[in-house]
Amino acid sequence: MQFMLLFSRQGKLRLQKWYVPLSDKEKKKITRELVQTVLARKPKMCSFLEWRDLKIVYKRYASLYFCCAIEDQDNELITLEIIHRYVELLDKYFGSVCELDIIFNFEKAYFILDEFLLGGEAQETSKKNVLKAIEQADLLQEVRPAPLKP
Amino acid sequence: MGSSEMCRDLAGEVEKLLKTSNSYLRKKAALCAVHVIRKVPELMEMFLPATKNLLSEKNHGVLHTSVVLLTEMCERSPDMLAHFRKLVPQLVRILKNLIMSGYSPEHDVSGISDPFLQVRILRLLRILGKNDDDSSEAMNDILAQVATNTETSKNVGNAILYETVLTIMDIKSESGLRVLAINILGRFLLNNDKNIRYVALTSLLKTVQTDHNAVQRHRSTIVDCLKDLDVSIKRRAMELSFALVNGNNIRGMMKELLYFLDSCDPEFKADCASGVFLAAEKYAPSKRWHIDTIMRVLTTAGSYVRDDSVPNLIQLITNSVEMHAYTVQRLYKALLDDISQQPLVQVASWCIGEYGDLLVSGQCEEEEPIQVTEDEVLDVLEGLLVSNLSTPVTRGYSLTAIMKLSTRFSSVNRIKKVVSIYGSSIDVELQQRAVEYNALFKKYDHMRPALLERMPIMEKTASNGPTEIVQTNGIPSMTAYNKNGLKIDFTFERANPNPNIAVITIHATNSTEAEMTDFVFQAAVPKTFQLQLLSPSSNVVPALNQGTVTQVIRVLNPQKQQLRMRIKLTYTHKGSAVQDLAEVNNFPPQSWQ
Repeated sequence: MQFMLLFSRQGKLRLQKWYVPLSDKEKKKITRELVQTVLARKPKMCSFLEWRDLKIVYKRYASLYFCCAIEDQDNELITLEIIHRYVELLDKYFGSVCELDIIFNFEKAYFILDEFLLGGEAQETSKKNVLKAIEQADLLQEVRPAPLKP
Repeated sequence: MGSSEMCRDLAGEVEKLLKTSNSYLRKKAALCAVHVIRKVPELMEMFLPATKNLLSEKNHGVLHTSVVLLTEMCERSPDMLAHFRKLVPQLVRILKNLIMSGYSPEHDVSGISDPFLQVRILRLLRILGKNDDDSSEAMNDILAQVATNTETSKNVGNAILYETVLTIMDIKSESGLRVLAINILGRFLLNNDKNIRYVALTSLLKTVQTDHNAVQRHRSTIVDCLKDLDVSIKRRAMELSFALVNGNNIRGMMKELLYFLDSCDPEFKADCASGVFLAAEKYAPSKRWHIDTIMRVLTTAGSYVRDDSVPNLIQLITNSVEMHAYTVQRLYKALLDDISQQPLVQVASWCIGEYGDLLVSGQCEEEEPIQVTEDEVLDVLEGLLVSNLSTPVTRGYSLTAIMKLSTRFSSVNRIKKVVSIYGSSIDVELQQRAVEYNALFKKYDHMRPALLERMPIMEKTASNGPTEIVQTNGIPSMTAYNKNGLKIDFTFERANPNPNIAVITIHATNSTEAEMTDFVFQAAVPKTFQLQLLSPSSNVVPALNQGTVTQVIRVLNPQKQQLRMRIKLTYTHKGSAVQDLAEVNNFPPQSWQ
């Protein structure tokens, strides 16, 4: 995978993960163009489109579009499964996830993505293990206030 | 996302981590190694020892990332590929276990055990089995098993089947397996899910050259897809339909394709029209059928027909001698209905100019001859000259047609009058023609009949019209550059005896009205390739696609890396120098794998 973008129906970018090195300017340009192209698609159209020399796989979940750019040799159908798996992970973690959860806890959304995908490929195919890794990371983050000594 | 320096420095650490006992770290190390190899391919050797035991993993996460690592290594280096071929039996076993083993809640997706891993293994098997009989044979059974046992009710199962089909088509599989794969694709076409249909059409398009007969069996389903709502599916179905047309099915297919041309979106019409013309030319069962088909295209999609089809059609009509009367009659009738579609009008006026005498004499055999007088014909042609709908090119055609009729009709005075009026036309082209024709009447009247007599049958030489870019050796051609009227196509051949050399022939055509002189084509490739540019056929690209400049490029690609090229074009057009740079990335995989 080259990159993944999450954006709302109004075109606001909620999450972006890039697996190829690109300048900020290029990223912005690509994001703008792609968001426009995907939002212009009618609901009856299929989830794949060709854009530049990449294949774009996108799926809409409620108010969010999940959009991945894959290379020619990658399997489009399994990419849909990858998107679905990510949504399931978010759902399990946040408990019935909605767009607001991702807006207010975007760093967690990134953590979960980073435990699932690395360098554009899936690193863990077991849902349980990904969630376990997140739990462990969460535990490390919990800060217990030191009791004040009188 | 480290840089190449970072990769070099840390590669040793990554390699060590690959061997650690912690599976959490190992899977991450494997993917890091993938990235390192992508950035610094020379370091691949370093990871070789660590890969020894990767496939004996129990942990799916590590197993998955290991397969990704092995895939990356095999894709990059033919030596690694040869080295890892011995892993095929192990991979087959792992895949078998995944399919046969019971329910594993951890990795289950809709009843299928770890589909991500299955897809990855199938992909690696594809790379290992390609061009290798032994490996292909070893994986034959498991592929058949996956193909027949995978549950197809959900997307997951179909994703695995899709990967399986791709693998079967790429390796040296036996014909029974290939037919099984194509049948799976045929079933996909009937699936309710449009994504599946899209994927099926794309795959069928890739295989139609090699397994033509098997794909033919699904022709009716493919043709039904022309009526699909989704644009991408319609386009794929159209391309596939044209690929499937042959002498046997031409009549039926053409009916469907013409119906499609009628009702499809404008963006398809040009391509569809061109496709229809090509197919008609190759497989027309009779001249009458051919002319009828052309008429149908001109009248339904006339304004979308490419400009270069007009000369081709004219040549076709000229060469169908016995159909002249029929053709001119049909074209005349079409003109009476509608003069807005320029290609139709141009072809029609040319024909009337040539065969107007047959029209007024009512000689048609194929259908009821119409009664039309010379004046009526001249009315129509003059109407074209004054109409706002006619382009300058069209006006030129009709003026010349009127002039030609001066030797075929008796109302020469009327024609003389028309021609002299246009001697003072604002349009320079029209004015020039009119002045020349006037001179013909006045000073060279004795030469007029000879000059304006019937056109002879034209030989179709290689330089007439745009050359048809055809597949050579099964490697599809591609358009590398298309801007400002300059189009450059690449066709490919693999050199024998050295398969690492790709021989690319560039075909440069120019669709503008002015020729391009001092045309120079230059190319540069990445460091791992070597390039040799032979001399071009000429430095002048003629206007209006009347000729092609060709040049041969030889590319040595020992590492079988993905072919990329940067091209620089310089030429003089309409007096000014033009220069352009472009990247070419869309090389078909068969040209470099």
